[in-house]
Amino acid sequence: MADLLRRLLRTPQGAIGVTIVICIALLVALGPLLAPYSPEGLAPLNLYKPPSAAFWLGTDQYGRDIFSRLLHGARATVVMAILATSFGTLAGALIGTSSAFIGGRVDEAVMRTIDAIMAVPTLLMALLIVSTLGKSSTNAVLAIAIASTPGMARITRSVALAVRKQDYVRAAIARGERASFIIWREMLPNVIAPIVVEWTIRIAFAVMVFATLSFLGLGAQPPAPEWGLMVAEARKFMHLSPWMILWPSLAIATVAIGFNLLGDGLRDALNPRT
Amino acid sequence: MSLAYLLRRIGLTAYTLLVVSLIVFGVTQILPADAAAVLLGEAATPDQLAALRIRLGLNDPLWTQYLRWLGGVLRGDFGTSMRTGQPVAATMLEALGRSLLLAALSITLMLLVAVPLGILAATRRGRASDVAIGILSYVGVSVPEFVTATIVLLVLADWLQLLPATGYVPLTENLAQGLKHLVLPTLTVSVILVAHVARMVRSELVDVLHTDYIRAARLKGLPERRVLFTHALRNALLPTITIVALDVGYLLGGIIVVEEIFAIPGIGRQLIVAIQARDLPMIQAGALIMATTYSLANFAADMTYAALDKRIQYG
Repeated sequence: MADLLRRLLRTPQGAIGVTIVICIALLVALGPLLAPYSPEGLAPLNLYKPPSAAFWLGTDQYGRDIFSRLLHGARATVVMAILATSFGTLAGALIGTSSAFIGGRVDEAVMRTIDAIMAVPTLLMALLIVSTLGKSSTNAVLAIAIASTPGMARITRSVALAVRKQDYVRAAIARGERASFIIWREMLPNVIAPIVVEWTIRIAFAVMVFATLSFLGLGAQPPAPEWGLMVAEARKFMHLSPWMILWPSLAIATVAIGFNLLGDGLRDALNPRT
Repeated sequence: MSLAYLLRRIGLTAYTLLVVSLIVFGVTQILPADAAAVLLGEAATPDQLAALRIRLGLNDPLWTQYLRWLGGVLRGDFGTSMRTGQPVAATMLEALGRSLLLAALSITLMLLVAVPLGILAATRRGRASDVAIGILSYVGVSVPEFVTATIVLLVLADWLQLLPATGYVPLTENLAQGLKHLVLPTLTVSVILVAHVARMVRSELVDVLHTDYIRAARLKGLPERRVLFTHALRNALLPTITIVALDVGYLLGGIIVVEEIFAIPGIGRQLIVAIQARDLPMIQAGALIMATTYSLANFAADMTYAALDKRIQYG
């Protein structure tokens, strides 16, 4: 673990990615404590204030402090994206590993179906699911989880196929272990590394999709301090108060960049060839 | 490319389209909204609702409904919009034309910018321009389209007043005005694609430049320009075909968002409007057309790849 971290910090991508993600984790954990104001507290005397000493990032159309809203919104945005990706990753990893373990015609059928499902682009799939379940944060999480499952299944399966041929898996089959034991205890732990890399990169994508759904009015609902929703609400006022739209946009981009960098850094660090 | 490979690929594409139609129909059918209730509104009496359900065939088993819908789709009949009462196929066909124009412009711009950037980065590996392109492409893939759209709107349309902000003018009506309205949407959709494809071209080209045949070409004394453009680029650009086809998925997502923001009456905007109004036939048609486009793009890419790549025999 310490070795992995050292290898991770050696590349610039890894070092910057780790730094950004640690900052995000701190904001998610402590954000509401650090926020100087309430995220939903209205202040009729302080509407559309530009950034100042009292309001670091300015205030919005209801006089709400944007800095406080961003800090609170870290949970509404980042945690939701991580949850969605984790569900999708777990489901995809199970399907991919099982399919590789069973092999043969079942594997072929599962994989061709996965390929077919992937013909529906992620955002479109998420839109379809949200339109069915109704618009809310929870449904957006579910939609992104479902939409990211087939891609994860495909990646896991390609790794699991190589693991399937290893001697320890053959030994477990020869011992007469149950299929569920072999998939969970012998195969999954050995396909984890590439899954973690993919998981990290997909969090970046999930943050973007989640914010996009909220922006389109199909994810988080007002007055939630979700960042995509903040951008959507600020659009009406961007001519006179561009900072209202600037900060949440920057926050989304920073989180996505952080997880993308961390993912690429992890890929290099976990690759035994480098 | 053998006939067997071609047939197999056609079969897989047909299977994909079948699964896609099942997903689109299946997902929209779990809609808690009752189509009859949506059509008649709040004031409907139970008798009216029951009569309309029978007329729409909503009491039939799901399989019957699915086959009836699929049969209609195959004949080009996507039903009638529940919101406007117009035939869905005509509305969608008109919208599709506008979206395809936006897509074609974006892909052209992407190729014009991304390929040279990728080549530049690969040939100047580790130097300042490579690092700068690397950083830019990280930022590019990490900024959602709605943020890019907002920024270009704010800077180019609002502050500098260079271009019109939103709206759509048909090219046949006023070519110059129509193109002006398409600049910002095209720019927005291209950013993520450029960033992604430039990275891919760079990494493919870096790999190819390390192969033995390139070393042989250099040792033979060929000028670097010739090594790069005649020998390396051909093989490095082959995988790019697949990448571009896969990126059509991002492209479609981008088009949905951009059409919504810039008020372009294309297929993405129709889809969003339909979702907000719970207009089932329109949702189904929009989703089906988009997913079909994506599968066909991938099929075309695989065929091109197989035809161009003489090294591999596809069995």
